Amino acid sequence: MDTFETTLGQANIASIIIFLLFVAITLGITYWAAKRTKTTSEFYAADRSISGFKNGLALSGDYMSAASFLGIAGMVALNGYDGLIYSIGFLVGWPLVMFLIAEPLRNLGKFTFADVVAFRLKQKPVRIASSIGSLMTIVFYLIAQMVGAGALIQILFGLPYEVAVVIVGLVMIAYVTFGGMLATTWVQIIKAVLLIGGATFLVVITLMQFNFNPIELFRQASLKYSDAVLSPGGFVTNPWDAISLGLALILGTAGLPHILMRFFTVPDAKQARKSVFVATGFIGYFYILTFVIGFGAMVLVGQDIIRGVDSGGNMAALLLAESVGGQFFLGFIAAVAFATILAVVAGLTLSGASTLSHDLYVSVFKDGKTDEAGEVRVAKISTLCIGALAILLGLSFKGQNVAFTVGLAFAIAASANFPSLVLSILWKKYTTKGAVASILTGAGLAVVLIILSPTVWVEILRNEQAIFPLRNPALFSMVASFLVGIIVSYLTNEPDARAKFEDEKLRTYLGIGSE
Amino acid sequence: MNIKNTNNHKGSSMSIEQEDVRRILESDKFKSLVRKRVSVTLSLTIIMLTVYFGFILLIAFNKEFLAMKIGEHMTLGLPIGIGVIVFAWLLTGVYTRWANSSYDKSVRDLRNEIMKI
Repeated sequence: MDTFETTLGQANIASIIIFLLFVAITLGITYWAAKRTKTTSEFYAADRSISGFKNGLALSGDYMSAASFLGIAGMVALNGYDGLIYSIGFLVGWPLVMFLIAEPLRNLGKFTFADVVAFRLKQKPVRIASSIGSLMTIVFYLIAQMVGAGALIQILFGLPYEVAVVIVGLVMIAYVTFGGMLATTWVQIIKAVLLIGGATFLVVITLMQFNFNPIELFRQASLKYSDAVLSPGGFVTNPWDAISLGLALILGTAGLPHILMRFFTVPDAKQARKSVFVATGFIGYFYILTFVIGFGAMVLVGQDIIRGVDSGGNMAALLLAESVGGQFFLGFIAAVAFATILAVVAGLTLSGASTLSHDLYVSVFKDGKTDEAGEVRVAKISTLCIGALAILLGLSFKGQNVAFTVGLAFAIAASANFPSLVLSILWKKYTTKGAVASILTGAGLAVVLIILSPTVWVEILRNEQAIFPLRNPALFSMVASFLVGIIVSYLTNEPDARAKFEDEKLRTYLGIGSE
Repeated sequence: MNIKNTNNHKGSSMSIEQEDVRRILESDKFKSLVRKRVSVTLSLTIIMLTVYFGFILLIAFNKEFLAMKIGEHMTLGLPIGIGVIVFAWLLTGVYTRWANSSYDKSVRDLRNEIMKI
């Protein structure tokens, strides 16, 4: 079994046909959505017409990146149990999104989470600060996605890296510019169904080899690679590291602009709530699938072959697909992985564009005074800018080690976006200066500390010893952001913001006056 | 009666009378609704964080516990890890159930009261 030959990297007819079919269908949807995308509410929020269930699927589509599908399956295939620890961190942020964020966000906001932070504070400074947090999160997330896309497609289809990056960029720009949130939502839904369906099928045909008995799978894994694969290994060695990463993943999930933006697409708070329930279910189910897929690859493909194709193990799921389902199924899963990247990048671009147009252009430069058509036009131009930036980032970071940028994006989201959002929803004495100071502290510290951390200082800049000990800065940057926000708010009194907090409650808790 | 928010960016100016708004905000019913929501959501948040970081600390300080055998080729860590995922989802279910029945009902009552003004 360990002498398995793969066709990965050769043009696979099945995968090209399936991928082209996906692009054709989604562009068809974009054409349909374009006719329904004229107003700002349609462009940014699909006219709040998405049901809770569909939004739940779209949320899971936004969140399940190719990195989590291929990366976590690979981690499990090479390290066993440790891959599960990682995926659990990605999941447990969702209940917190539900308890603390989803409904107040839906009730208070309009198109972006900055609407909520700035709700009762001074518009300009808060919008500028939260745009910085928002755009930094998006850019670092985009770098990882675009570089991953280029590299992945190169392996999957044998296409040159640059061509892959440009294709992803152009198709995604078409979705967002013409079809706005409606098209982006349907791209996410289709991708989520394909990904969950494909992964389910892969698990079923894998388990078929073990008489549908997962325990038999684990038994063979431990016989082949010792019992160590079934219990925690080296992933958590320093508890502070694990806690800091855990905080980044959990609170970062609750601060990702493209996830938060999705809550404005549903009609009301009840549907927002339902969508998190649905999303958490699908994402949790998906992570359990990737765990089984990882073990399947470990046993049926073998760690040496997986490492031979890609030292990080990222091709484990695809190798397993080929081993149990043949070339056609490999093509299907490869096409799904490509579609996954496209969808995630589209979601990120839309939220970046809305920050540029809604938060910066309209609320800061135009004092909130623009006509509908003007704002939609600016939003579309912003989409082109972010799309072009994404392509540029993909091209310029080719071959660089950018794996840390996902951790950084989550750290910034947890340290800049999350504290400001929570404090503005829950705390009466929060002030404009407090918000600005909290966001800038969180974002700035996250970046500085990650540069000084072992992740960048030692592994990328090749210094001997890291200046900051933790691999992910969230524990420090997030706590500092909260503290600075609270202290500065106590030092600066803003009676206006306090008075409005009382009135805001009617909207936060009862949804009266919500968009 | 139609409640319109006349200025989305400033948010607070409603066409219902300020006095009535104040009366509702200060009513026991509204205050207990807010208290209830804050206590339910914060408790659930603390439960989730405790379970997750409990799991992480267990890995950091007691790997042997998770490596304990239950059956020949099965460790305690497997059902516990999968259990954390399922638990997180069930917790969103618990909240949804509470919010759909209890919380939404109180919201409806209060909204109706406001409509009567």
